[in-house]
Amino acid sequence: MSARATPPRRGAQRTLGAFVRKELHHIVRDRQTLAILLVMPLVQVLLFGYALRTDIHDLRVAIVDPSPDARSVRLRDRLEGTPRFRVVRTATTALALEDLFRRGEADVAVVLPARFGESLGRGEPTEVLLVADASDPNTGTIMQAYVRAALAGFEADVTPQAGGPVRIRVESRMRFNPTLESANLFVPGLIALVLTLVSALMTAISLSREKERGTLEVLLVSPLRPWQIIAGKVLPYLGLGFAITCLVLLAARLAFRVPLRGSALLLLAESVLFTIVSLSLGVLVAARTESQRAAMLGALVGTLMPTALLSGMIFPIASMPGWLQPVTFIVPARWFVVIARGIMLKGTGLAYLWRETLVLTGMAAILLVAATRSFHARLD
Amino acid sequence: MTASAARAEPAIEVRGLTRRFGAFTAVDDISFDVAAGEVFGFLGANGAGKTTAIRMLIGLLAPTAGTARVAGFDVATQAEQVKRHIGYMSQRFSLYEDLTVRENITLYGGIYGLSDDAIAARTRDLATRLELERELDERVGRLPLGWKQKLAFSVAVLHDPRVVFLDEPTGGVDPMTRRQFWERIYVAAAEGTTVFVTTHHMDEAEYCDRVSIMVDGRIAALGTPAELRARFGVGTMDDVFVRLARPGAAA
Amino acid sequence: MSGSSSGAGVEVSGLGKRYGDVVALDDVSVIVQPGELFGFIGPDGAGKTTLFRILATLLRPDTGSARVLGLDVVRDLWAIRSRIGYMPGRFSLYADLSVEENLRFFAAVFGTTLEAGERLVAPIWRQIAPFAGRRAGALSGGMKQKLALCCALVHLPDLLLLDEPTTGVDAVSRREFWDLLEELQRGGLTILASTPYMDEAARCDRVALVQGGRILDVADPRRIGERFDRPLVAVRAAERLRLLHALREHPGAGSVFPFGDAIHYTDARADRSGERVAAELRDYLRDRAFPDAEISVVRPGIEDVFMALMRPPAGAAA
Repeated sequence: MSARATPPRRGAQRTLGAFVRKELHHIVRDRQTLAILLVMPLVQVLLFGYALRTDIHDLRVAIVDPSPDARSVRLRDRLEGTPRFRVVRTATTALALEDLFRRGEADVAVVLPARFGESLGRGEPTEVLLVADASDPNTGTIMQAYVRAALAGFEADVTPQAGGPVRIRVESRMRFNPTLESANLFVPGLIALVLTLVSALMTAISLSREKERGTLEVLLVSPLRPWQIIAGKVLPYLGLGFAITCLVLLAARLAFRVPLRGSALLLLAESVLFTIVSLSLGVLVAARTESQRAAMLGALVGTLMPTALLSGMIFPIASMPGWLQPVTFIVPARWFVVIARGIMLKGTGLAYLWRETLVLTGMAAILLVAATRSFHARLD
Repeated sequence: MTASAARAEPAIEVRGLTRRFGAFTAVDDISFDVAAGEVFGFLGANGAGKTTAIRMLIGLLAPTAGTARVAGFDVATQAEQVKRHIGYMSQRFSLYEDLTVRENITLYGGIYGLSDDAIAARTRDLATRLELERELDERVGRLPLGWKQKLAFSVAVLHDPRVVFLDEPTGGVDPMTRRQFWERIYVAAAEGTTVFVTTHHMDEAEYCDRVSIMVDGRIAALGTPAELRARFGVGTMDDVFVRLARPGAAA
Repeated sequence: MSGSSSGAGVEVSGLGKRYGDVVALDDVSVIVQPGELFGFIGPDGAGKTTLFRILATLLRPDTGSARVLGLDVVRDLWAIRSRIGYMPGRFSLYADLSVEENLRFFAAVFGTTLEAGERLVAPIWRQIAPFAGRRAGALSGGMKQKLALCCALVHLPDLLLLDEPTTGVDAVSRREFWDLLEELQRGGLTILASTPYMDEAARCDRVALVQGGRILDVADPRRIGERFDRPLVAVRAAERLRLLHALREHPGAGSVFPFGDAIHYTDARADRSGERVAAELRDYLRDRAFPDAEISVVRPGIEDVFMALMRPPAGAAA
């Protein structure tokens, strides 16, 4: 019969210390989460740092010069010589401009008035028109600033007297987004984000939940083929995504007067296409993960983050470092944002957007096939 | 069965313990004593009020009415002391799977305020008795289920509690391991620890000194297994249970 | 074991399956006759779930073959899947759907209706019908299992695979569940069930004892005692722990295990008769201050046989 010995005790800090140590163990041993926690901020820092740069490297300038002469040519040379600029087109009328902008081939246009050189020579005030593609309002302002600076420099060179009145006045227009509404900027991207959320994330969670709960096992031992199971899971989210797109458009229209200058039908059709891409990604994520939590993390990192950071919806792709820009090619949202902006702000249609649509269609086809194959008829 | 001298005060004293959740009475006026060093089986169907009763006894839930004293402390007013003087092992969880054996022991030792020396001594002692010397630095998640259960029990009594509560401790293991586990319980009881155990294996009810069976929040039977079997004129505890718990009562 | 089945039961031959280093199944062979209520008894990790998953065509075996209802589990998986009912280990129904919604969903999945499945579902439905509108997640453990059984039966399968259907369920519900199984079997259904509860094994026509991925034995539970090659003695006394130690120290001790309120003892020497062993023990225990020990020769049960056949579990320590 043993006497009960009470072990010596210590204070509350011991208990706390023991607990903190345990939590540290948990954190360090969950490799997956740890990797994400460490890598994600790093990636974000890099991206924010690079992508948030407001300078632009490669400004595509179109020049309209109705009456070319020595002075106007000198201006053109100067613009061409400026390192950040790349003159893509020189024309005598402004007719070609609209097309250039719609196709996204020019960022800014410098429109000289008729007999520009003459007026300048006579010392008369002349007005130069700057038109910038401001579907991205951030870059619109910046581009303007650069061109103005170049013009000011030209004027300083050309006018003999120093300190004279500024002859070249700049009138600027922001094409497609005259009031530089930021809502116009992000609503197209917002649609992409919302669709990604609903399609990729929710699908991934829903499928992995079946796996985790064990109900998938029961469904498999039935006449249902895997594609039927996937379709049954996915179709409601397709409908939901569609409904949400309409909702977002409506709300943006009413609250912020975001325009829809192109075909609404085309926009919805492209949304459906994009949703299919996201859904397939969601299924793929669910097929590779064993738990809801892992599926959620996988969907977040694999679909939501790239959509938010690399699609051009917030950070202009043109501002990203050279090595990052090709990476954005594999982000489906990148193509969709171009399409959505084109339709909503520029009023363009399939004629201009067929390339991007083709890319999305290709992605949809490949991912759909991969997703269907990833769900096996058996557990192994 | 204990060989220790009887103490004046029972290890667990329950008088009129009641717990209501709104209009629903989960535990309805139960009373019983458990002597020091006794192995007490607390049985009942799911939904009969067992879990609620246990939660009150281990200081996790306040009673609506009645009193209970565990290890000499009142569960309503001295819940913290109760927790410090009892051990608890549950089937669903007891040890952290991604920590090693040693880390688990150190953790629980730390939580119960044992000194570093005491923890080291216990770790050595435990390792020898359970023959886990080579597995001290293995993650618990890698151990077979039977070892986990034995370890969990040893950790629950690490700080020498007066009473240890075991909630369905032997799910899913083979009969040999189950018996080894119960031997550990016997040894602990012989050293004076009171063991309060719930189980769905009716044959394990036979291992207890006394059992109580809860039905619909009340204690429907209390006594030694032999007494209960004789009272209902049946051969096994399983039959006793079936007689008492009306089928379809819990849904 | 009798010869091959008529093709309507289950035939397993040399089945093997491993996951990395772990051998889940090791050369398993067994035949289940059509219309049998067949039990697989064994602890967690014995391989029961892996075996059932292979039979349910959810996993492919590494070696060996298996036929269910005369169809090969690897080649004919779609044919098998429409004809069997499967209930996996954990509760695998939709907790946020009601009882009735769950049933109708599974009926639809099999291309049938709840009403069409009446023949098999009716006896169980009677018990859960009062809760038809309740969320499945809000049911008690016993009711959930009955619902899961219904869902597995709604398409009128020819064979049922039930993987640990009564785990975590109280004793009364477990009995009711097995009553239902016996009723279903009388209706002609072939049922394979796995369980860790030895007492449920007694209700099967035949049982296979499974441990460590192998089948230790297959026998009729009523006659399983015949597997025992020596007498089994049950000893009762007041001080159980002391008795346990005393018996273990007996020079002739073979196996000494607590069994309920008694201790089951077999002698290491195979040639002694039951009476002789009992007499020896009586004398021995009297010397050890157990004057009132009750000693009797008893018939071995399934658990006794299981423990005799078992390899020592990992970390076997007293």
